[in-house]
Amino acid sequence: MPEQDSKNRAFAEVRVGPDLFHLLCWVASAAAVATLGLIVYEIISGAWPAIQKFGFGFLASSSWVPNRADFGVFPFIIGTAVSSLIAILLAFPLGLAIAVFLSENFLPLPVRQVVRFVVEMLAAIPSVVYGLWGIFVVIPIIKLFGTWAVSVFCNTWTTPGIDGAPDTHRGIPVLETLFAPPAYGNSMLTASIVLALMILPTLTAISRNSLTAVPKTLREGAYALGATRWEAILGVILPTAAPGVVAATILALGRAMGETMAVAMLIGNSSRLSWSLLSPGGTLAGLLANQFAEAEGMQVNSLMFAALILVAITLFVNLIGEAVLRHTQHQTAGIR
Amino acid sequence: MKFSKLLFVVGSAVLGIASQSSAQQLSGAGASFPAPLYQRWGVEYNKLHPGVQVNYQSVGSGAGVKNFTAGVVDFGASDAAMSDAEIAKVAKGVVMIPATAGEIVYAYNLPGVSGLNLSREAMAGIYLGTITKWNDPAIAKANPGAKLPALPIQVAFRSDGSGTTYVFTQHLSAISKDFNDKIGTDKSVTFPVGVGGKGNEGVTALVKQSPGTVGYVEYGYAKGNGLAMANLENKSGKFVSPTGEAGATTLANVKLPENLRVWPVDPEGAGDYPIASFTWLLLYKKYDDAAKLKALKDFVAYGLTTGQGFAEELGYIPLPDAVVEKAKAALATVE
Repeated sequence: MPEQDSKNRAFAEVRVGPDLFHLLCWVASAAAVATLGLIVYEIISGAWPAIQKFGFGFLASSSWVPNRADFGVFPFIIGTAVSSLIAILLAFPLGLAIAVFLSENFLPLPVRQVVRFVVEMLAAIPSVVYGLWGIFVVIPIIKLFGTWAVSVFCNTWTTPGIDGAPDTHRGIPVLETLFAPPAYGNSMLTASIVLALMILPTLTAISRNSLTAVPKTLREGAYALGATRWEAILGVILPTAAPGVVAATILALGRAMGETMAVAMLIGNSSRLSWSLLSPGGTLAGLLANQFAEAEGMQVNSLMFAALILVAITLFVNLIGEAVLRHTQHQTAGIR
Repeated sequence: MKFSKLLFVVGSAVLGIASQSSAQQLSGAGASFPAPLYQRWGVEYNKLHPGVQVNYQSVGSGAGVKNFTAGVVDFGASDAAMSDAEIAKVAKGVVMIPATAGEIVYAYNLPGVSGLNLSREAMAGIYLGTITKWNDPAIAKANPGAKLPALPIQVAFRSDGSGTTYVFTQHLSAISKDFNDKIGTDKSVTFPVGVGGKGNEGVTALVKQSPGTVGYVEYGYAKGNGLAMANLENKSGKFVSPTGEAGATTLANVKLPENLRVWPVDPEGAGDYPIASFTWLLLYKKYDDAAKLKALKDFVAYGLTTGQGFAEELGYIPLPDAVVEKAKAALATVE
């Protein structure tokens, strides 16, 4: 045994290459962690005067008035949450459908590869290009839709009542509030639709991965028991892949929340709160992009505070996504 | 053969870098509004004096002042000049030189209506949200004979902090007490109505796309994009259309103080266009490097004379002669 030990030690001494590589990897990953730490530290130290001055009131106050040194980000937090939630609502069914389609053999493999490539290419389009596309394509469509929605949902109309006297109807509840006039082109709805398209590749790629990771034996078992294809997909494959799909959705949500340029170009950047999706809104990321360059004094501190909140929210969302993803891999490991 | 070729390429690249670094570099940073003009000056000046390279970064007025105060650039530029408190922070002293000027217009999109007149009451009312329809009496009164539709007014503003918003809100605050109390003057303010567009181009797009929209943009952008511009009522009650001449008239009537920092907040002359403003180059009073000083002074003098010739085509107002004389005198004090 001692002989073995000394042999090992001698062997270890000559492993200069691997050890150096090991060290380099260690330094690189430590640097990545340190960078995140440094960023958070810088943001906190920049935000400190605002944190001291406004405290938690900053989160609840809805006035952002730079020239009166009065700052609060409630409308922007709501805007961030609403725009990314609507984006997820739109992107989730579409992304899941594409993922199922790509993981099944409905079409020959080369065709599926092309579709997959094209969907993943959506992630390569720069944000500002999405913004321009939104201005020239989505906004005119939303304006038409908005005018139509307002005329249908919000107008009063009359029908002949049972007793002969006309009954007056006052719009459709809920929809009447969500699509209240005036219908702007730069609105929460426009930004959400473009966001949905931007997060589609994230959602599709991770969902597809977890769908293809479903063990063949499970699928074959389902077929062997006489399940049709749809029964197999809905009853066996999707439930098995569900945690992965959930993780994909949460990661996509994180991306939607941090998206800046396209949103700043499309959402209308207003700090007024409104129930109407046709009204302009604002997001935390958009606020930073808009005002940071020309900000001074307390405005800079407040923007840093807003950045801190944004970082906290997106980190939290991403952590949950990662946790769910890890949990899945743990679970399916047993079946494989 | 291949190797010698490579050597040649590398060698010439090194020489290229070396010859570049021997050229006199002037670095500036600041306001984005005059950036196209300053960059044009840089290019044209470099053609005449290949030894001098001017590198102007349009980082915004606020960042320009910050960089200038920190001493990381040779000159700064700002739409809002510098306040006395800011000047006090610069140990080397500051000389502010008005370099060009611009006007801000009410660009509107109202099919069938051209030459819209906006009274002072209407100008403020639209942005206060008290005037909401195009056929409001406050607008109709100033436009006899025009067929104003009963369309709601969609208001567009700059969502990013900008000197444009500063000058615009400064004028509205001067002409309307309500505006001053409720909104006030700053580079970014919170309007009670409207949609925010990012940059002049963002507001321009908003106005262009939606009938019924009005927004404030720099004259150059409105002109370049063929937007209709409203005639604005000035202090003497005349409606003046935004042209280069009207802006120049405004600026020529301004009395320049010793430090050359002045805004025609509410010009009084009958032919004055009401919303116009200078934009300033910021120089140190003293430069340590004699060669740099010479190049910088020569470049700024070029901008004040020949450079003014490019102003009109890029949508700026050329400086009136009286202003150029004072600016040159101020430039001479730099040492």
